[in-house]
Amino acid sequence: MIGRRRVAVRSLALGLAFGFVLVRSEAVSWYRIQEMFRLQSFHMYGIIGSAVLVGMASLWLIRRFDTRGPDGEALEIVPKETGGRNTRYWAGGAVFGLGWGILGACPGPIYALIGSGQTVFLIALGSALCGTWLYGALRERLPHR
Amino acid sequence: MTAAVDLLSRPWPWYVAGPLIGLVVPALLVWVGRPFGISSSFRDVCAATIPGKLEYFGYDWKEHAWRLAFSAGVLAGGFLAWQVLGPADPGGLAVAVSEATRSDLLALGITDQTGLVPRQLLSWEALGSVPGLFVLVIGGFLVGFGTRWADGCTSGHAITGLANLQLASLIAVIGFFAGGLISTHWLLPILLAGLP
Repeated sequence: MIGRRRVAVRSLALGLAFGFVLVRSEAVSWYRIQEMFRLQSFHMYGIIGSAVLVGMASLWLIRRFDTRGPDGEALEIVPKETGGRNTRYWAGGAVFGLGWGILGACPGPIYALIGSGQTVFLIALGSALCGTWLYGALRERLPHR
Repeated sequence: MTAAVDLLSRPWPWYVAGPLIGLVVPALLVWVGRPFGISSSFRDVCAATIPGKLEYFGYDWKEHAWRLAFSAGVLAGGFLAWQVLGPADPGGLAVAVSEATRSDLLALGITDQTGLVPRQLLSWEALGSVPGLFVLVIGGFLVGFGTRWADGCTSGHAITGLANLQLASLIAVIGFFAGGLISTHWLLPILLAGLP
């Protein structure tokens, strides 16, 4: 088993690279998200689309060469469960989208924006944590399937 | 050298940024052994601070400490990209969005289009106005609630999930877009009418 410290250092380094790219490509910008939802530029679609293609090719290569994880474990992303009306995905997704459209930032960019100096996004982060907490409290009563 | 300066003074094009973001998926899997996803860190923070007696938060968040480390990294990356290496276009219109977007936003009352985000809407001063308060507080809340209900956000569903050809993620991403379109074209114009 690789140690906790090594896991933390690697995660921190990868997060740093991710946050850096998010800011440098302007993907964290409210203006870019508006541009995306107004279908006025290919920029965000190009970022997400090419990220998906590179991710897909990487997963294929990992399977093809049976690449192992840090502890020698087989690497497979277990697909999320589907079934019934898939309510959690479309309804939860739509609620997320409603927030994304006005705030102009999803979770990764919220962290990156705080780091970039837009400290008011601490309020958005606090509200998002309240949202997550309330979901945890209401979970039994919400439709998922 | 010019290329290096260009890389720091201009916004990165999608064909540089997108593939780099895509590489986070295999990098996290191979080096850390975990699938890429950011929003579960919200759950970890709740579990670590105010779990109450809720089953959803009743797990050992320390087992997932990598997610908090990754989130801290994203924050540090934002700091390095903007505070240390400076804005892409100091003193100018910081974000290179299209003219069409600029004029649409101008028509909605976003007259100051400098900065990474519009300060009329997203700043400590704007928090004192109805649109600013709504966008930050309700917008953030919906993001945090929705992402946990949908079991993933842009990274977990739109990037990792689609790359893994998951039906659940395709449905979630369609939901993300439907919600975003409604917000942009219907909710936002109503809100921005209240700009001071």
